[in-house]
Amino acid sequence: MKKTLQEKLAILSDAAKYDASCASSGTTRRDSKAGGLGSSGGSGICHAYTPDGRCISLLKILMTNFCIYDCVYCINRVSSHVERARFSPEEVITLTLEFYRRNYIEGLFLSSGIIRSPDDTMSDMIRIARSLRVEHGFKGYIHLKSIPEASHDLLKQAGLFADRLSINVELPTDSSMKRLAPQKQPDGIRAAMAGFRRNRDASRERSVTGKRPPRFAPAGQSTQMIVGADGANDRDILGTANQLYEGFKLKRVYYSAFSPIPESSAVLPLIKPPLIREHRLYQADWLLRFYGFGLDEITSAAPSGNLDLEIDPKLAWALANRALFPVDVSRAARHMLMRVPGFGARTVQRILAARRSGPVRYADLLRIGARVKQAEPFILLPDWSPGSLIDSASLKARYAPPPEQLSLF
Amino acid sequence: MYRVTLPEMGFQAAWRAAARCLASHAIPPEAVDWADVTLFSGEPIPEGRGPNAVFVPKSFLDLTRSVLCHKDTQAPSQLYAALMRHQTNRCPLHNPADSLTQSLAKMAKSVRRDLHKMHAFVRFHELPSVSGRRKFGSWFEPDHRIIEAAAPFFAKRFADMDWTIATPTGTARFQAGKLTFHKTIAAPNLPEDATTELWGVYFSNIFNPARIKTSAMRSEMPLKYWKNLPETRLIPEMLNAAEQRVLAMHEAVPKEPPKRAIKILDRRESDIKGT
Repeated sequence: MKKTLQEKLAILSDAAKYDASCASSGTTRRDSKAGGLGSSGGSGICHAYTPDGRCISLLKILMTNFCIYDCVYCINRVSSHVERARFSPEEVITLTLEFYRRNYIEGLFLSSGIIRSPDDTMSDMIRIARSLRVEHGFKGYIHLKSIPEASHDLLKQAGLFADRLSINVELPTDSSMKRLAPQKQPDGIRAAMAGFRRNRDASRERSVTGKRPPRFAPAGQSTQMIVGADGANDRDILGTANQLYEGFKLKRVYYSAFSPIPESSAVLPLIKPPLIREHRLYQADWLLRFYGFGLDEITSAAPSGNLDLEIDPKLAWALANRALFPVDVSRAARHMLMRVPGFGARTVQRILAARRSGPVRYADLLRIGARVKQAEPFILLPDWSPGSLIDSASLKARYAPPPEQLSLF
Repeated sequence: MYRVTLPEMGFQAAWRAAARCLASHAIPPEAVDWADVTLFSGEPIPEGRGPNAVFVPKSFLDLTRSVLCHKDTQAPSQLYAALMRHQTNRCPLHNPADSLTQSLAKMAKSVRRDLHKMHAFVRFHELPSVSGRRKFGSWFEPDHRIIEAAAPFFAKRFADMDWTIATPTGTARFQAGKLTFHKTIAAPNLPEDATTELWGVYFSNIFNPARIKTSAMRSEMPLKYWKNLPETRLIPEMLNAAEQRVLAMHEAVPKEPPKRAIKILDRRESDIKGT
């Protein structure tokens, strides 16, 4: 029997929820004053939040959840009994535009199972994006999940209509990819990412006549790694992420705690998703990208290979490098202030502004919005000195959560 | 005592004109009453520009745009105090640790957050239309007086439709490409919109029952907004069913793959070998 639009939407949004990205920021500024519908650019907007604490910014759906691949961690793999559905291109377009007009979403995040062949699937996705842009004058955000096995030509076309393209590496190491996603080729994924980077770099160069080439995915490319489905430790995961940032200039790497799926495979453990581990990885990722930390600095503070779950990675680094503290807040350089636990990037910016008006005292830090309690052992102020606190053996205990009674069940 | 009465709409321009005039006459902050309504009638502000030049950095103008929307009736007078202090001492306005600067920054932040949430949480309902353009209406209750500041965003985004956003302190109407502001008489009656139901289907299916984190949801989508967000009506039911759904996943025994799976995988394998 033919499925209704409601039934299809239920199946194909349920199938899309394991993709973490919902970003809609960082693209070109556009609006509809000269025609069409929609606007974008600047920071993204989260239009709603579900009880899992995640935001809804985009209509995140699969074009179809039929798939010829057999990746064990995926609910849509060919060997699963999950109910299947397929949207027509018109249905995807109508849903996107009608949701957008009611201010429910910022745009579309379209992904798909692989049907027939990677090229066929990718062309169908591009057809939807092109129709939104060209026929409907849609100026909102479009994120296409690219299929790495599709031809280079198609991937290049996708970038003309999408704001962001992504290709999921899914697993942090090639060996687990081979074991858990046998039809995917790690080399092919990297080649597609490199191709993306070339296309994007080329789109930013003017020709000899000074003409600009057409824009190519102005919000860049991102990827996702599943955490906790294989044996990879945090050092492996962050190492892969760091390579991706440096080698392919990725905008974001998303870490997705492996979460049990209906129709699960016997190969994978049914565990509670490791949410704290996921959180710590994001914190370490931020340190790499915005706080000037090197990969080896973060991993050397975590000798087991995994980040400490009890304290955040910046604090862990500070505790392992106490000789560098306390930092004199009135004199220290920006890069050192950024390393103080309890000081975020914005706090540091405010401290630097406040220093121009005179020395920064304890009460000033509170007004600025620093987490002073956290920072205390690591800073020196005109009216505060940590004394021997920084060398105290029990310093970590000050931050670690109180011990919990182990549960028998 | 001088008295300035700011209008309900267009209070930004009115404050700037009054502040510039008062400052040029070097009238001290404590001699001005900016309250919306006052029982005591004060002197009206002097006419014409006074003898003093008034210095205003651009960052201060940006600050006033946010702070003036704040519901706190002290906002206009605090801004004027900061302006007057800046004429003789340029430092404190750029010092985030100064208490007046910090108080203004806090108000500005609260207004900016309210604006951001309004851009996010306005929900349009489709209304019957007689013109060729589609027509939508919305009712929204922000914390601050932000309808004038929030409306241009919607005008740029939804330029090809007619819409009305009503708030308790004013209504924005966008008709045939023209944006106008009006007094709000009453909350509008919005008819049910069939697309709301589809939105509910999406909202409840994109949710992952294995990762409940209601505190994160509530901090980003505070309860005060819920009554105008149709999808939030589904949340109790979603939370109720979540535990059962996760349990069912754990108890489900992995099944043999369906027959067509084996066929597809075999075909694919021979394809790869063939090439």
